Formats: sequence, structure tokens, C-alpha cells
Amino acid sequence: MPTPATGDGAARTTDWDGVRLHVVTGKGGTGKTTVAASLALALATGGRRVLVVEVEGRQGLAQIFDVPPLPYAERRVAVAPGGGEVYALAIDPEEALIDFLEMFYNLRRAGTALRRMGAIDFATTVAPGVRDVLLTGKTKEAVRRSKDGRPVYDAVVMDAPPTGRIARFLNVNTEVAGLARTGPIRSQADAVMEVIASPLTAVHLVTLLEEMPVQETADGIRDLLAADLPVGGIVVNQVRRPLLSPTSQTKARKGKLDAAAIMADLEKVGVVTGTDWLAGSVGAVSGEDVVSGLMAEASDHSERVALEQRGRDTLQELGRPTYELPFLADGVDVGALYDLAESLRSQGIA
Amino acid sequence: MTPARDVVPRSRTLDVDALLDDRGVRVIVCCGSGGVGKTTTAAALGLRAADRGRHVVVLTIDPARRLAQSLGLTELDNDPRPVLGVEGTGSLAAMMLDMKRTFDEFVESNADSERAETILANPFYQSLSSSFAGTQEYMAMEKLGQLRSRADADGTWDLIVVDTPPSRSALDFLDAPRRLGSFLDGRFIRLLAAPAKAGGKAYLKVISAGFGVFTSVLSKIIGGQVLTDVQTFVGSVDTLFGGFRQRADDTFAMLQAADTAFLVVAAPERDALREASYFVERLEADAMPLAGLVLNRVQTTSVPDLDAATATAAAARLEAGSRTSVTAALLRIHAERVATLDRQRRMAERFTAAHRNVRVAAVPALASDVVDLDDLREIGRSMAIPSE
Repeated sequence: MPTPATGDGAARTTDWDGVRLHVVTGKGGTGKTTVAASLALALATGGRRVLVVEVEGRQGLAQIFDVPPLPYAERRVAVAPGGGEVYALAIDPEEALIDFLEMFYNLRRAGTALRRMGAIDFATTVAPGVRDVLLTGKTKEAVRRSKDGRPVYDAVVMDAPPTGRIARFLNVNTEVAGLARTGPIRSQADAVMEVIASPLTAVHLVTLLEEMPVQETADGIRDLLAADLPVGGIVVNQVRRPLLSPTSQTKARKGKLDAAAIMADLEKVGVVTGTDWLAGSVGAVSGEDVVSGLMAEASDHSERVALEQRGRDTLQELGRPTYELPFLADGVDVGALYDLAESLRSQGIA
Repeated sequence: MTPARDVVPRSRTLDVDALLDDRGVRVIVCCGSGGVGKTTTAAALGLRAADRGRHVVVLTIDPARRLAQSLGLTELDNDPRPVLGVEGTGSLAAMMLDMKRTFDEFVESNADSERAETILANPFYQSLSSSFAGTQEYMAMEKLGQLRSRADADGTWDLIVVDTPPSRSALDFLDAPRRLGSFLDGRFIRLLAAPAKAGGKAYLKVISAGFGVFTSVLSKIIGGQVLTDVQTFVGSVDTLFGGFRQRADDTFAMLQAADTAFLVVAAPERDALREASYFVERLEADAMPLAGLVLNRVQTTSVPDLDAATATAAAARLEAGSRTSVTAALLRIHAERVATLDRQRRMAERFTAAHRNVRVAAVPALASDVVDLDDLREIGRSMAIPSE
């Protein structure tokens, strides 16, 4: 197992020591790209070099790192604390196929001509498995690439297709089973499986604490296990901090919080003035409106926290290492990525 | 509670009830990126239209288990089933799309049984009908066409509400059917299947050198068997369907008709609104009738006049006195809520600034999941009430 001697990575132990390829999947809308980007930063912290790849042509990484659209080339998109570097690559299946033709047949020029004729589109269309072999193949190449006897990237993170398609996408061997029994695509698929279906890889699933994403996470893990693919951890995104104690939550949901005490507190800190009006809006909003409004919001909040707890219980039963990332009311910008990365690191995923 | 449309203060209001009551509208298409609540929106609109007296069928693609249950859909059977519990004289039916079955039925109804059998057994057909990117979109459109013909023929329904597949990009839904159509009708596939038909022998002669390289590289990449399967498939469907592309073009034309209304569905988040923008621009470019934007999961507040900074400062003061102050917690809950609302407003503002004329219906975030018809009814109600 290649253990990079750089940074503090050698000194710390993490839950995924020895893993070189972190595949990040999740249902649409759960923040898969955000988690992939933060995980890359977390892995790069302390002086390591990490590549994060995307395979669906959405340019989601460029947007999240706030850089211009990524070409088919590895570009540095961020520096991590302690001298680490994050590179990003948007893998384009056509370019990858031309690379591939060149590698095996020295056919770059023919490849370019074929693309003009629309033939490459045709090939990747009639056999979608070919496309996936090319995408995973390029990723595998980055994992394996080395210079002067050590890996060029300490880790590679893949912003992968959604949970519903992940097992089929990664299990390229089965995908190309109907294709040529020998030949370059076949051997490429075998080489991909040597990395993906090995302890070098971990497939992490991103979810929210809502019914549908939790269900899809369970389904995704089942599919991955059935395909003998290495299941990693569960990253629970956008977790709301419970701001009330369990007893107060129950009271809040039943509308039984002490309204008079709340009113007294609000008067004490000047939110509600002595004349029972919201400070600054005299004559517009009564103190009672403020109290009942806050109580209604507390009830919603408690409802939501209870829903999240049910989701958490279901995830617990899946028996995977679980990491939580907070809900960010202000949204995710590049600065927030560093906070999320630090949070992931402190929980031991990286 | 503030109305959800406070999140888009400067936009025009979409009058959902006027849309649902307009008998000239026969098809409503709900489109948008994944995870924004398209299916729930389609179901809520369908129920509300039925409650208001229309005869509605809702075509869903991939509903959440509970949403499907709330509509009484317990199995994927590819045929509309009546939904019980509609108020008044209208009616509601709902179905989930089974894309493979739709494709199979499409083959069976267009070919004699022997030929259909050959096609259904072809390995390329099998991968095309079950996993090909674009097939789901193509079949959703095919099913829509079928429902529409049936509605026109026997008057079972006067409104079809369609959910669209969870594509990678919202635009895939418009492009995928045509892409699949042109792919199946494309020059290469025709050359492979029946070279002589593609344009005469002279034409073939000119391109044959390039074509030789093409087929040899291709069989290296995908294997000779796949090529043969493709050739057989195309050979057997060639004259059957009046052309896949023609069919896709016909559906496209149907979507441009005045009795179709598009609703773009989004959540007030960066990615979803960006997709919504692309979609709005695309609909305009293709002269497709856009009814408006449905903005789901909008944050609301019961105390709009208390801003986040004031609430946070007050909470801090109370916590200095007692670390377990319930009032402080309430103030922090409120501050978080207002911060979320402010962020959503900034995101939505980017959209409305670029699309001043697009009408918007804002739907508040729900604290819990949809479990029954009453939950759907509540969503429909909040969608339809534009403001106090």
C-alpha cells in the first residue's frame, strides 16, 4: 500500500487509510459535488496532492471552486491548509476515447476524424458500457500514475453518477460482458476492476435526513454489495443543529412552551418593548404575535428534527461509518468548503 | 406566517387556478432538475385540477414510495388507475411509467407477432429499451402521445399532467427523444443496416474508404457481435414505425401547441435555479408555451419584522444569563430561518432579474413528507394562493 511520506498524513490514522480512490455518490440534490470537493480538500490537508474528477459534463466542480469551466486537463483549483493542493479534471468520454485509441493503436488522427463523422458518439451510444469504461479508465489511470517511484496523486476523489446508477456505472466488467470477449476495452475493464473492486477504493454515499434520500442510500448500499464493490461511509449532509432540548422539542410540537416566560425574556433583552410591541415596529407587530410566531417556528423546527432523527435511526441500521455535515443557512461558497473539509477531517474520514 | 412569495417580491404572480381552470389547456408538463419536487408538484396540480372539476390523468416517472402510495399506486403497471377521494364532479387517474413495457408495447402494436418477437429478443433492443440514456425520455413522450390520443378519442380525460424523468440536465428531457430518434434514423446506423439505401452506390463509393476504417475501429471497440445486433435491429424496425425521428418530431410539435403549458419547477437553490434559467431560455427559443415557474421548498417566517442579527444578539444576551434558555433557542431557530430566507431571496432574485416576465408560484417548505391526498391538497392550496 503506498503510504505517502508527505504532510501529516503518515502520522494520523483515518477510517480509510490505504484507500486511494474515493468515489462519492448520492441522490440528486443531496450535495454530492459539495461533499466530493470538501473531501478532496480534507484529503489534501497537510501537504498532499489530490485530484477530484467529474464524469457527467456538468462543470459542477468549476462552479463550486469558483474557477472557469474545466478543460480536459488537470488544473489546480485550490490549495489546502498545510501546503496541500487540489487538482480537478472534467473527464470527457470522447476525449478519453481518443486518448485510448492513441494509446492502443496510435490512432489519434483517425480518432479525430471519426469524431467529426459522429462515429465516436455512435460507438459510445450503442454500447453505453464503453463510455463508462472510458470514464472509470481515465480515473484509474490517475490513481495508478506515478513519477519517480511514487504516486503523482496521494488520493483521487470522483464526483460520481447518482446512487441509482452507481453500481452499474462502477461495475464495468458486467457492463461490457456483452461486448468483445478480448481486446482493449475488455482488458481496460479488467484493469479498472482491479482498482475499483479492491481495498484501494471506497464508495461513499451522500444523503440528507429525508425519507427518499435515506431509502436510496439503503438501496445503493445493497446494489454495491451485490456487485462486490467496496462500500465506504455515509456522509449525512445539511444536518440541522437541534437547538432545543428533547423535552422542549416535545413541548414545542404540542404548542405547550411557556408563552409568558418567553414574553418576559423578550422584554428583558429589549426585543419586545415595555409596551408589548416588537422593538422598532411600534404599532405594527404586537409582542404576542412575536411570541406565537417564534413558538410556531420552534414547532416546525422540532418536527423537522424529529423527522431527521427517524432518518438517522434508519441509517444507523445500515451499520456503516457515518459522518455529518451541518446545514449552512448562508449556502456553500469556497470558504464554507474549507469548514466542511475541516469537519470531515475531524470526524476521521480523511 | 409570511406568504411564500415574499421570496420573489418583484416577480409576476402565476395564477395556478386560472391555469387549471382553463379548458383550453390540455397538457401540463412539469420540468426541472432532479430533487426539486417535480413529481409532488405534478401530483398536487393534478389533484387540485380534479377537485376543481376537471378529468385529469397524472403521468409520473419515478415517484417516491409514499407519494405513490398517497395516490394509491402500489405497483408499476404502466396504465392509468383511478385515484379515489376527489372532491366534486371531477376525476383523477394516475400512473407510473414503465419504460421497458412502453417500448415493448410500442413494438408489439406496430409489428406482426413474428417480427415483434425477433425485435424483442434482439440483445441490442434489450439494452436500448432498458438502460439506454434517452429511452426514458423518449418513452415518456411516447406515453404522453398515447394518453393524448386516448383523451382525444373517448374524452376520458380533459387534462394530462406530466412529470418528466430525472435527467442529468433538465434540457435532456426535450433533447433526448430527438437524439434517440436521430440516432436510430441516423446515417451511420442506416449505412450499417442497409448500405444501398443510404444514398446509392456512387455515394457509397466515395465514403467507403472512411467507412471501412470506421467499421474496423468500431468492431475493435464494441465488438463485432454488437455491430451485428445493431444491424439486425435496425433492419427489422426500419420500415415499421414511420421513423423514430419523425415520431420524436411529432411529439415535439405537440409540445409547441397552444393547448400545452410548461411549468418549470425549481427549488430556491443555485443549481436548481440555474437549470430553471436554461430551461426558460430554451422554451422561449423553441416557442414552447411557458406558463411559469413553481418555486418549491420556500422558507417562510412567522415574524418577518425581526431580523436575524437582532435575534442572534438577543439570544446571546439571554445565553449569558442561562445557557439553557428556551427563549434563546427560539431566537436562534428564528435567526437561522430568516438567514435561509434571505439566501433564498438572493438566489431567486438572480432568476427573476433575468426573467422579468416569467410568472412565479412559490410553495412553502413542508416540515414533513407527503403521506396522503390531504397533504397533496395542502400543497396545491398553498401553490394556488398567490398572496394574502
